[in-house]
Amino acid sequence: MITAFLFRSLDGKVLAGVAILIALAILVPVLSLATGPDSALHMPTYLVALFGKYLTYAMLALALDLVWGFCGILSLGHGAFFALGGYAMGMYLMRQIGPRGTYGDPILPDFMVFLNWKELPWFWHGFDMFWFAALMVLVAPGLLAFVFGWFAFRSRVNGVYLSIITQAMTYALLLAFFRNDMGFGGNNGLTDFKDILGFNIQADGTRAALFSLSALFLAGSLLLVSGIVRSKYGKVLVGIRDAESRTRFLGYRVENMKLFAFVVSAMMAGVAGALYVPQVGIINPGEFSPANSIEVVIWTAVGGRATLIGPIIGAVLVNGGKTVFTGLFPDAWLFALGGLFVAVTLFLPKGIVGTVAQFVTRRRQNKAAAKADTINGNPQAAE
Amino acid sequence: MADKTTNSLLYLSGVSVSFDGFRALNSLSFVVEPGELRAIIGPNGAGKTTMMDIITGKTRPDSGDVFFDGGKIDLTKKDEAEIAQLGIGRKFQKPTVFESHTVWDNLELALNKPRGVFSTLFYRLTPKDRERIDNILETVRLTARKDDLAANLSHGQKQWLEIGMLLAQEPKLLLVDEPVAGMTDAETAETAILLREIAKTRSVVVVEHDMGFIRDLGVKVTCLAEGSVLAEGSIDFVSSDPKVIENYLGR
Repeated sequence: MITAFLFRSLDGKVLAGVAILIALAILVPVLSLATGPDSALHMPTYLVALFGKYLTYAMLALALDLVWGFCGILSLGHGAFFALGGYAMGMYLMRQIGPRGTYGDPILPDFMVFLNWKELPWFWHGFDMFWFAALMVLVAPGLLAFVFGWFAFRSRVNGVYLSIITQAMTYALLLAFFRNDMGFGGNNGLTDFKDILGFNIQADGTRAALFSLSALFLAGSLLLVSGIVRSKYGKVLVGIRDAESRTRFLGYRVENMKLFAFVVSAMMAGVAGALYVPQVGIINPGEFSPANSIEVVIWTAVGGRATLIGPIIGAVLVNGGKTVFTGLFPDAWLFALGGLFVAVTLFLPKGIVGTVAQFVTRRRQNKAAAKADTINGNPQAAE
Repeated sequence: MADKTTNSLLYLSGVSVSFDGFRALNSLSFVVEPGELRAIIGPNGAGKTTMMDIITGKTRPDSGDVFFDGGKIDLTKKDEAEIAQLGIGRKFQKPTVFESHTVWDNLELALNKPRGVFSTLFYRLTPKDRERIDNILETVRLTARKDDLAANLSHGQKQWLEIGMLLAQEPKLLLVDEPVAGMTDAETAETAILLREIAKTRSVVVVEHDMGFIRDLGVKVTCLAEGSVLAEGSIDFVSSDPKVIENYLGR
């Protein structure tokens, strides 16, 4: 059953994507670690971390694409699931600091000592164990998505109204996490991490390993999403996107179908967030900001929604552009981003990948038609 | 409950529903026997589409009874998905198919199979399902176009695809809303043959404005006006009824 599911997920493009990601997972650590700093092929650690960050963004965009591109649920709050996964990982990393913090408390993280707290809040228990934190990376975003989706999809909230309440959801979480008494470090968030699973988080080797893990998890997500959208369930999702009432009158429970995709997508976003935090070294409430979630939508639109490779390419290109652009003209980036979104919506409504795919199919069809014509000796293309 | 309930496939009694003060259905009573093909006519706003909305669970009646399958199932307590699974299929007025899926995929999705998340996630097409889809393709005359996107079909072909999807659902009762709207005369005649063929194995209710088409079907006709039944009987009987002429045909 599972093998059939995975087998179906493989096609040329997905296979190529997975192969490239696996190659990156091997190649980048080699270029970073095995070559000396003087070698022309050497990859500095800051670049490894930067590209690792892009890959986690790509995973977030892919997660959004599953619900937006394939099911028409335009979530403007996917940053919230990413941030929750990030916080779960951040809490583990905080607990790993132990007595090495500024205040030297063996249990309490620095910000709690600073706030004069005497005891660890109940929800911080267990995060000293990696397996528990890893579980929470899936459970926290998954649970939020389940509860949110349960109510929203059951009440048949659709279209722009759904988008608005997802935006409100992430904004509410932003405000909540800003408060010191929530117990997540308030404004400053969680930072000053020391090590992960016993490895120094700043070390070149750890950075390289985190990059490889990001690439492998992205490859895994690609296979998973591909398997989902190619199954009959995936076809139902597209059916819901295009003609929701028809799907319902065929006897499908639209709310359950949407809910499953939404929860899977939120968990994927959570894993992306958990991989992101150790690579950037900080998680703060800013990650919940509505603008972040909207950026994810732009990456996906630029790359091509309802394609599998599109969101990955979009996330890497736009963020690469952002890194270069903010270095050159720091103030102009938001204008450039806005302009990009308008341009893509107007001129490339299917995104980069969607447009290329359309071009290739059209050429292939023309060629096939031309061939058929020469065989039939018929110069007029028959429709 | 009366005999009528237990022998009927679909039983509506005293159904009323209002929208913002407008009485769309006014104590409507209507019975469909198992295996019956029934045509419904009536002027715009007579409540034809609202009646279908009530039967398929899209709208809840303010009052009245709606029973299915010999009075065993109260449809007013079910939602759209449950009603569809019970065996009531519905074709919309405007052809509604999955445009970005192929004709084949459209039928595969409609096929009467478990509808849950996990059963669809791990579903694999069996040879029997293939055969079934092939048969339906033949019935609705779309075999040659099975790999084309539904978006590229002509209007009439979309109507047929939607009828094919209903067949794939294997319903006991088919509700068909204006199947020949926008069709050519030849397509209309073909559709009449198709519907008569379908009605051999299940009950069909057709809403239509096209009197020539209704005559082609040659079945019992119900005329609705202002939310209730005006006349019922053969096409000749109904079309000679003075009330029908005044309310509908004469206009």
